[in-house]
Formats: sequence, structure tokens, C-alpha cells
Amino acid sequence: MSADPTQVLAFETDCHIFDGCGFAEVSPGLHSFLFQPLWGDADSNLYFNKTMLLALLGSIIVVGFFWAAFRRPQVVPGKLQMVAEAGYDFIRRGVVYETIGKKEGEKYVPLVVSLFFFVWMMNLWSIIPVAQFPVTSIIAYPMILALIVYILWVSLTFKRHGFVGFWKNVTGYDKSLGPVLPLAMLIELFSNLLIRPFTHAVRLFANMFAGHTLLLLFTIASWYLLNGVGIAYAGVSFVMVIVMTAFELFIQALQAYVFVLLTCTYIQGALAEHH
Amino acid sequence: MSQLLTIAAAEGENPLVPPIPELVIGLIAFVIVFGFLAKKLLPNINKVLEERREAIEGGIEKAEAAQTEAQSVLEQYKAQLAEARHEAARLRQEAQEQGATLIAEMRAEGQRQREEIIAAGHAQIEADRKAASSALRQDVGKLATELAGKLVGESLEDHARQSRVIDRFLDELDDKATKAEATR
Repeated sequence: MSADPTQVLAFETDCHIFDGCGFAEVSPGLHSFLFQPLWGDADSNLYFNKTMLLALLGSIIVVGFFWAAFRRPQVVPGKLQMVAEAGYDFIRRGVVYETIGKKEGEKYVPLVVSLFFFVWMMNLWSIIPVAQFPVTSIIAYPMILALIVYILWVSLTFKRHGFVGFWKNVTGYDKSLGPVLPLAMLIELFSNLLIRPFTHAVRLFANMFAGHTLLLLFTIASWYLLNGVGIAYAGVSFVMVIVMTAFELFIQALQAYVFVLLTCTYIQGALAEHH
Repeated sequence: MSQLLTIAAAEGENPLVPPIPELVIGLIAFVIVFGFLAKKLLPNINKVLEERREAIEGGIEKAEAAQTEAQSVLEQYKAQLAEARHEAARLRQEAQEQGATLIAEMRAEGQRQREEIIAAGHAQIEADRKAASSALRQDVGKLATELAGKLVGESLEDHARQSRVIDRFLDELDDKATKAEATR
């Protein structure tokens, strides 16, 4: 048995039920989200690991797809261009125009489209054979994206409303609230400035983290239960792997959609005249 | 077991604390996507989508123009057809009228010619009758004189008496003829 569980695949172990081997020895956990660097040293900040590889590879795939589709677009589109156009149009019309509006939203279409397809690709790695790891289940990736959106939101609010307007917007200043105004302003301030960017990132991270854990759990359990009467349970567990994979496929697209929808809502909030 | 120890060590790491290198790689990866899409690929497709929209709208406009033209041509054609029908009816009417006048004229002309011929005939007859009558009168006179001469045995050479007697006789004849004609 290998000394480092992060480098061991479930079926490489010989741990089965009724063999005196506990599930805890093979069960997925936080260690499932840690990778030994492919290059460099984990203790220094100079290393390269599997998620980084997948992130860069994913961005190359997204760019490659759109490069192939939109490099020389035709007025009468081919199949690939049609598919890419459908995706582009879905985000442009279905998300940006719906939330920000056509006139003001047009400027943010490239950002939102990039965000959606980037996040979706990072999520998709979860079920792509061999890779089988969602990049977005590492908090750094959702966090950097949420940070970009947060910086955009803050600068837009400043630009649109000025210094006083910014604070009014952030605290949800509304005289009609009367005596509860200070409390409401405090809560709004925390919510908008601190909690919202955090939840924006964590919502995506946690969904992908949990999804990957579930997939791991059922996959490892299928192997672990493969002994004696446990084979029947292993079969059920394996069916669950298939079901959860299909479910993940849905969740990946949904979470990417939710991420860009929230992005648009924040931008719209920054541009709105009255909060 | 060493395995469990490693797990414990791993769980010491907070999954909500991002490693800096991963943040940097995440930023780079996203900037790659955003750069290509925002700078080149999306403007590309936007241009084409705009072209397509214009092509479709242009096509619709063209079709509309063609339809309007077809409609106006149809109306023009219908108007022309109606005018032609009207013209034809008018011509027919005119021809009928002209024919009628022509027939009437010809009839009148025929009538006139007939009357002329009749009048000429009458005049001819009258002239002939007069010539015959004067000739007859001379002959009758001569014959009567000769006859009377023969009967009386004397020459009725006395011209003055002779012509008086003849004239009286002929006047009587004339009177009779006139009377007979009147009674008839």
C-alpha cells in the first residue's frame, strides 16, 4: 500500500468489506482534493500541479473551440459556428440582456460569456475521463473569478454614483426605514462588501466540491463493497455512480449559469440609479 | 497507519484558504480566455451577426418592394384591361350606330334614285305623249281634211276656214279627252 493516499486510486488498494479493512482507510476526504506537484515543491510557492494543468488546458480548449467556430465566421454558418453561436446567444440574450438590459449590457457581454464558458469547462473536467477532477472545487479558481467581478462591481458603483453614492448604494440607504436604518445599513454593508463576494465564490466551489466527493464516494464504495454479499451493494453503488455523473453534468452547467447570472445581477445593481 | 496520519495532516489544510500559485494560474487561465474572446472572436461573430441581420432585413425589404411593385403592376394591368373593354364596347356601339346611319343613308339614296328614275320616266312619257299627240293632231287633221275633201268633193283649200274647222274639231276632242280623264 502506498504511503500517500493522495496518489492512490481506489482500485489500486486491496481494501474490501469483510476483509477487516475499514472504509475510513479508503474513503474520500479533503486529501482527495490535494495533489502532489507535477513539478516544483509543494512547500514553496513555485510548483505546478494537476489542477493548474487542467485550468490552463481548459482555457486552451475554450479558446480553441471558439477559435475554430468564430475565427472566420460565415453569414451562413456551418455546424460548429451554429453551436457556438447558440451558446453565445444564450448568454448574451438570456443572461446579459435579461438582467442588465441591451443598451448598458452590451459592454459586459464578452466578460460574461468568457466567465460562463470558462467556469463550465472547469466544471466539466469533473467527468472527463482521465482528468476527472473539477478545477472549481479548488477555492482559488472561483475566488479569483469572484474577485474580478467584485473589483468590477466596486469600480462601477464608484464611477456611477460617486463617493457618497457608493456608500449609499452599498448600505442600502433608505430614510423610510426610520429607527431600524442604522441596523439595516450595517447588515447591508456586511452583506454587500464582505459576504456577497465570498458566497459568490463559495457557492460554485462548494457545489463542485460536494459533487466530486459524491462521485468519489460511490466509485470507491463500488470497489470497496466488492466482496461476498457486498457485491449486490456494489452494484447499487455503481448505478449511483452513473446517476450522479449524469446529475453532475447538469449541475456543472447550472452552476456556471448561476455564477454568471449573479455577476450580471451585481453589475446591474452597480448601474442602477436607485438601490 | 501512516495512511491515516497523512489524512489527518491533509485535513489540517483549510479548503477555503486559496493557495497563491493556484490563484495566479486561475487568473492567467481566465485572462487567456477573456483576451481571445473579447479582443478577436466575439467582435468577429458580432460583425457577422450584424451582417446576417442586415441581409435578412434587406431580403425582407426587397421582397416587400417586389410585392408592392407586383401589386401596382397588377392594378395597372387591371385598369388597362377595363379601359380596353370599355374602348371595345364603345367601338362596337359606334360601329353599330355608323352602320345604322349608313343603312339609312343608303336607303334614302335608293329612294331618291328611284324617285328620280320614276320622275324621269314620267317626264319621258309626257314628252312622248306630247310629241305623239301633236303628231297625231297633224295626221288626224290631214287625214280628216283629205277624208272630208273626198266626201265633200270640193277642195277645202281655203286654208283659213280649213284650219278653223280642224281646230274646232280638235278642241272638241280635247274637251272630251279631258272630261274622260276627269271622270276616270
